[in-house]
Amino acid sequence: MLAFDDVSFTYQSGNSILDHLSFNILPGEFISIIGVSGSGKSTIFRLVTGLDEPSEGTISLEGNQNSLRLGKVGYMPQQDLLLPWRTILENACLPLEVAGLDKKAAREQVQPLLEEFGLGGTEHNYPGELSGGMKQRVAFLRAVLSGNSLLLLDEPFSALDAITRLSMQEWLINQWEKRKSTVLFITHDVEEALFLSDRIFMLQNKPVTSFVEIEVPLERPRTRNDLHRAEMLDLKELLIRKLRSEVTP
Amino acid sequence: MKNAASLLIIAVFLSIWELGARLYGKAFILPSLIQIFIRFWELKEVLLLQHLPVTLMTIVIGLAISIISGTALAVLMSSRPGVRKALYPILIASQMIPIIALAPIFVLWFGYTIWSKVAVTVLITFFPITVNTFDGLSSGKKEIQELFLTMGASKKDIFYKYSVPTALPHFFSGMKVAVTLSVIGAAIGEWLGAQAGLGYFSRRMMTQFDGAAVFAPIFVLSAVGIGLFICVTIIENRTLEWRSKN
Repeated sequence: MLAFDDVSFTYQSGNSILDHLSFNILPGEFISIIGVSGSGKSTIFRLVTGLDEPSEGTISLEGNQNSLRLGKVGYMPQQDLLLPWRTILENACLPLEVAGLDKKAAREQVQPLLEEFGLGGTEHNYPGELSGGMKQRVAFLRAVLSGNSLLLLDEPFSALDAITRLSMQEWLINQWEKRKSTVLFITHDVEEALFLSDRIFMLQNKPVTSFVEIEVPLERPRTRNDLHRAEMLDLKELLIRKLRSEVTP
Repeated sequence: MKNAASLLIIAVFLSIWELGARLYGKAFILPSLIQIFIRFWELKEVLLLQHLPVTLMTIVIGLAISIISGTALAVLMSSRPGVRKALYPILIASQMIPIIALAPIFVLWFGYTIWSKVAVTVLITFFPITVNTFDGLSSGKKEIQELFLTMGASKKDIFYKYSVPTALPHFFSGMKVAVTLSVIGAAIGEWLGAQAGLGYFSRRMMTQFDGAAVFAPIFVLSAVGIGLFICVTIIENRTLEWRSKN
């Protein structure tokens, strides 16, 4: 689905962020990338979406090497970034309009999905009238509507309150299972990563040369209680310890 | 009544004027409000049917030229950094030129036609429209532009679907300043030489020591300014209806 092959990235200032990093994501996987602030998470995202190009190495998407990636990956940013002058329906239509569909066709395609995403009845509301969790649903729907099977979610729930966050995680897993998309999820929350992912990539060292890769030993469907199993608690402890060693106080 | 305080201040101000004018008793210097109103009523056909249309024409043509060229320049500056670097400082510096002092030159160039008045109007309304629209076009967030890029959006998509709606509130702020200034511009233009218009009429009455008739067209000009401002506000609220919902 997505493969990084010996990818290096250096800022113009000469600051090296990635150094010959390689990884591979299979179709339908849910992968979390976890790391402390400034560890290179957002650089990886910018590379995957095509906003930046690697200084060295190749990135291939669905087997296509070096093809233009802009417009080929559904991106859900950290803040919802909904346009305040568009209604919920119009916001969700945006990627379809950009893809060249006329407004009417776009609406007809989006309308039935609103219900499915738990946004029924909000189509004529403006983003300012919705709660944070609802806005993130719209942002996720917008990413899905980009029509791409690889979805990139950049700390999408970090601004939500704890309770909303838990229900949004469950909601996201449902959506992912239903649409069979591939998800690359950035977070700094260990518990969130463990609950959601098939595999976790942990960023260590700088520049990043490789990930610490953790397979989450849980079957699906999962419940919150699964996180309280002894092996999961150990894993969580291990991850937190590793992350902490990265933080220079 | 949400504007009660403003209304009270206006009422107090007008009362002081009326009282002062009566005590002073020299109508050719300070006519009372009632005298002005009576004079307005006597002159209403001349003012509203003969001179108002001329001034309105100047304002409308001047504003139209400013809106079209001002937004065009703003778009050009926001899309071409080279143009911005070259023109923005000049644009700011152009505001240091005392336009009123420059105005007689327009009479020299355009004669006593409507175009010398239009030129003054354009010169003072162009700046607020251009600068506000430009600021609006440049106020977009980088994150949203990048989000558009990840959707595979072209520059044109980003411009029409993001930059323009972002710039609209700024454009309307510029318009509110511009319509107010346009009335001043037209009046100044007419002082310098005209055969008709409210500014011209007011000045002609001055030479005849008819104080009330000097003020009457000024009140009409103010009403035009207020009317234009209200028009812009109504269009703004219609266009930016979403603002009340966010």
